[in-house]
Amino acid sequence: MKRRKIDVRALPANSAKALDERFQAATPLRRILNKVFPDHWSFLLGEIALYSFIVLLLSGVFLALFFDPSMREVVYDGSYTPLRGVEMSNAYNTALHISFDVRGGLFMRQMHHWSALLFMAAIVVHMFRVFFTGAFRKPREANWIVGVLLFWMGFIEGFGGYSLPDDALSGTGLRIASAIMLSIPIVGTWVTTSLFGGEFPGEVILDRLYILHVLLVPGALLALITVHMGLLVKQKHTQWPGPGRTNTNVVGVRMFPGFAAKAGGFFMIVFAMIAALAGLFQINPIWQFGPYKAAVVSAASQPDWYVMFLDGSTRLFPAWEIRFGLFGWGDGYTIPAIFWPTVVLPGILTMLPIFYPFIEARFSKDKAVHNMLQRPRDNPFRTALGAMAVAFYVVLLISGGNDVLADKFNISLNAMTWAGRIGILVIPPLAYYAAYRIALGLQQHDREVLVHGVETGIIRRMPDGRFVEIHQPLPVAGNGNGHGSNGHGGEHDGHGLDYAGWVVPKKMNRIGALAPVVKGFFYPIEKAAPPAPRAIEEPDREEITSGR
Amino acid sequence: MTTTHAHTEAEAEEAFDATDPALTRFDLVREGARRDGVEIVHYAPRFPVPGTRAERRIERVLAFLFLLTGLMGTAFVVAYIAWPWKYGDGDSTYRSLYPYYTPLLGATLGLTLLTLGLGIVVWSKKLLPEEVSVQERHDGMSDSTEQLLTAATIVNMGDELGLKRRKFVGLAFLAGAAPLGAAAGAVLVGSLLKAPTQNGENIFSATGWDPKNNGGKPVRLTHEDGTPIRPADISVGGQITVFPGIPDGATNKHGDSPTLLIHLREQDATETLKNAKELNKDSQWQNYVAYSKICTHAGCPASLYEQQTNRLLCPCHQSQFQITDNARPIFGPASRALPQLPITVDDEGYFVAVSDYKIPVGPAFWERP
Repeated sequence: MKRRKIDVRALPANSAKALDERFQAATPLRRILNKVFPDHWSFLLGEIALYSFIVLLLSGVFLALFFDPSMREVVYDGSYTPLRGVEMSNAYNTALHISFDVRGGLFMRQMHHWSALLFMAAIVVHMFRVFFTGAFRKPREANWIVGVLLFWMGFIEGFGGYSLPDDALSGTGLRIASAIMLSIPIVGTWVTTSLFGGEFPGEVILDRLYILHVLLVPGALLALITVHMGLLVKQKHTQWPGPGRTNTNVVGVRMFPGFAAKAGGFFMIVFAMIAALAGLFQINPIWQFGPYKAAVVSAASQPDWYVMFLDGSTRLFPAWEIRFGLFGWGDGYTIPAIFWPTVVLPGILTMLPIFYPFIEARFSKDKAVHNMLQRPRDNPFRTALGAMAVAFYVVLLISGGNDVLADKFNISLNAMTWAGRIGILVIPPLAYYAAYRIALGLQQHDREVLVHGVETGIIRRMPDGRFVEIHQPLPVAGNGNGHGSNGHGGEHDGHGLDYAGWVVPKKMNRIGALAPVVKGFFYPIEKAAPPAPRAIEEPDREEITSGR
Repeated sequence: MTTTHAHTEAEAEEAFDATDPALTRFDLVREGARRDGVEIVHYAPRFPVPGTRAERRIERVLAFLFLLTGLMGTAFVVAYIAWPWKYGDGDSTYRSLYPYYTPLLGATLGLTLLTLGLGIVVWSKKLLPEEVSVQERHDGMSDSTEQLLTAATIVNMGDELGLKRRKFVGLAFLAGAAPLGAAAGAVLVGSLLKAPTQNGENIFSATGWDPKNNGGKPVRLTHEDGTPIRPADISVGGQITVFPGIPDGATNKHGDSPTLLIHLREQDATETLKNAKELNKDSQWQNYVAYSKICTHAGCPASLYEQQTNRLLCPCHQSQFQITDNARPIFGPASRALPQLPITVDDEGYFVAVSDYKIPVGPAFWERP
């Protein structure tokens, strides 16, 4: 038999052909490769969350190889001498084992914890971006709701994660969680005993949390992320207003190779940051806290940052316990004070954002499809509402660590609590008012520049002795926002230009008077338009120079 | 290089011949994109003249970054394997190098990934052609005919099943399916469900101090290691955490039992006695009082005792309790006093609990008496 020589050069083409014969992939594949993505620095906040989630999955699998969530009591016999001979649960024992007796185990543990913090932080900041720019509006309400659910799933996942090592801090968190469950009217005790398998702490809670933490919640997260990304691809990304950008198109670069390369590189950079944090900055040194004992707690028992706002609300809420009789049954009934800040408040904080897109659409009678983002200043009401929510959240977050602040700054603890109680009522409305006025002020300034032009810094003395500053009218370009290269003439009719929903140049260098315009937050995102030769021509200046 | 195609779609598709040798590869790319609703409106190489100094500089930077990636990656592997990593092992050199193990892993892995990421980003930003593409969204509602056709298909399913005509079958199906759903729920709930009672008593009302845990005899107050406590063991103004002197009394099996035993100063003890509510009468033994350590707010141990003011502070949410006044809450989110454990001293001179706590310890719940 004669062996046929394989034509190596034809191999890729032939295999592609063979694949297409079986899967008919040519058209759908090209469609994916050609998908267009718009570009703006704020669009990568969500990417950070996605990438930290991948790091969480990878580092989590490593930890699962060595961790045993059992609450069986063992005597520690590992290499960390200060704890040798101490009785502890096997969960804490194996967490110590990972930290001291597994090669690179501590690094992986810290990587897992840091990426969890980053995951939640990225979700929160991404949510701010989506809210303040109106990206949640029709047709993206469903994806916004998925995002809200992702936050709470991440919250539960994170809480479960830092409860598993069963150190003193973990146990304190679980103790509070059990008190929160107990406070639920009517079913509280049943829920608590059912989940804990008896009275706190019981012997099963860590096993149950473990399966929740490594299977059920990550599964839910993965499913929600898939839906989140799927809807993003289906509905396409929103974009900022700009040259050629309309509500019915997407302007940017094709997914391959441009967008994918940038995203891939960015993934590596996020991964690098997490690795550096994990190696260089200690987090959750469980061996210093000791095993959990019901009688032991230390000052400054703070949860991870994303849980802190609920700890803050718990600290601030007054001691308003409700006791009442019900038709003379039992010995009367109680609704504990802790029920309101830890069950009712999170309920409101879930429901309000979920319904917000519909509430806003209803009040603004806006049923249109919006693919263009809004600058926060252009919707002062929403921006102010968002600022109010952020202020509310920040007061709670700070109050979650008010004992540490009181200690470090030598303030009375009670004063901190009262400041929080008053602050939670006063600061959000103030934030609302301030944000509203700032948004209006920025709007007005945009309009001013559009009508009168950019301040040139050139002061002119009038014949009657007055001094005036010369304003440079903006070029009347095709798109009206100063970036057009085909600006024709400086013919200024005194009515100003139309506002295009995008940055109005307010400095001379932005319209090409000085150095090239550099646009972008950290790095240039667009090449500066070459200065239009006649656009900045100014008869007034000629007058001055011709005076010599 | 900016060009625009003025053809209509049908025209272009008809006229296009992908095998035409006159077409460049980019013509094919552009046509492919066009068929995907993408118009490449601007496409220009970053370096139209190949091999300029600027281009070579970018290439050098990239090569440097990627070589550094390799170097750092190797350094990570070497450090991971060879650097002293085990706590408390080896000689003094080993021990002095050990603390740098994790930082070294972080620095090397971080630099590996950072240089790789920077390299890829620089590549895409500096070497890939400048591009502006416009894709039409084609969103909004589907064609109304399409909607009607799909609606008909769905409604027809109902007709095919004959739900309207065969109401009885449909109801029977529901009657059959509902218990199946209930069965799934029942297994989940039923397997986890646990009543908050034991022998008809609410488990949140009983602690390890109940004499029935000790064969009916009063339970001794003990240290964590189980040794009983004499009054002389605590100095005036001092306080210790005590546990029920029963098997596993100091473990988390009796997580609600830790108690704070306080030796009050003479005048404070008199005041405490004077303030005692009906419930707490006879709970004090001489100048000694014992209160539950489990905060009535969220169940943390209220463990910070301020001797001067006789206040107890819970470090979790800063509830404060006045020990000399029935451990009444005076600040913070707690709304109920800490329960007092009635104590006395037995024949052998050790502290014992006269009875269990008279009210439930720890956080409040719906049916608490």
